[in-house]
Amino acid sequence: MTLSKQEISGLMRLIGLTKDDEINCEQCFSLVAEFAERQLTGRSIPEGLKAVEHHLAICGECREEYEALLRALQDIED
Amino acid sequence: MCRNNDMWLMHLVSNGPDQQAALADLRAELLHGLRRALATWALVDEAFLEDVVQDALVRILGRLHQFEGRSRFLTWATAIVIRIAMSELRRRRWQDVSLDAVIENVDFTPERASEDDPGPHTQWAQKAILDAMHDVIQNQLTEKQRAVLLAELKGMPQDEIARHIGSNRNAVYKLTHDARKRLKRSLEAAGYEAADIHTAFAE
Repeated sequence: MTLSKQEISGLMRLIGLTKDDEINCEQCFSLVAEFAERQLTGRSIPEGLKAVEHHLAICGECREEYEALLRALQDIED
Repeated sequence: MCRNNDMWLMHLVSNGPDQQAALADLRAELLHGLRRALATWALVDEAFLEDVVQDALVRILGRLHQFEGRSRFLTWATAIVIRIAMSELRRRRWQDVSLDAVIENVDFTPERASEDDPGPHTQWAQKAILDAMHDVIQNQLTEKQRAVLLAELKGMPQDEIARHIGSNRNAVYKLTHDARKRLKRSLEAAGYEAADIHTAFAE
């Protein structure tokens, strides 16, 4: 069995996004609450949080958790 | 009761009625947020939500010293309860699937990347990049890197991959990160920059 078109495209997308220095899931997790609040309130993302944005583009599980966090916070922010 | 970060911390570490009230409020806030966050998920019922929130409360109380005040306390706590819930949902979904089953009989042999006819130039570009990628995967990645990369592409969560190989999520991320770096460098050395890859495989 070979990789599907979607899987190959996914791999190519990941390769294109790859940087030498990336934060891991735990480092992302420690910053994601601040990142989410900034996103929800439209505040700028400081340099120190850019790595979170990049990690979320790479890591499907952290992205899934982040999207769930945004859904939860929409209610809290009200 | 509306609390700022300092009040949450002060009340949660206190003894007596303030602590009890803070715990009850935190539990209610987490349940509310989690219910909304997982509204579209199957297999989520009130018993599941209650169990996860209970687990999260224990974890949050044990990690209060790690809260740095970079966000609202409730946001920080909600991130914790969501991670616990998602990890458990992934575990339930994948618990009967072995790593071997996911990657069995699968290889990186590049076939056509597009079912549509992308035109001869794009088709040629795709094939050249895929051939180069295949060579790197087969000859420059370790067996473990290949297995983890493939399992991830097949949708297996990192937590589950980690469980199968006796590792943790961060270590799995590092394995795939190292593999991606190797692939990217090798493709660049072969003359393919990120923009070429993007163009060749754009939907």
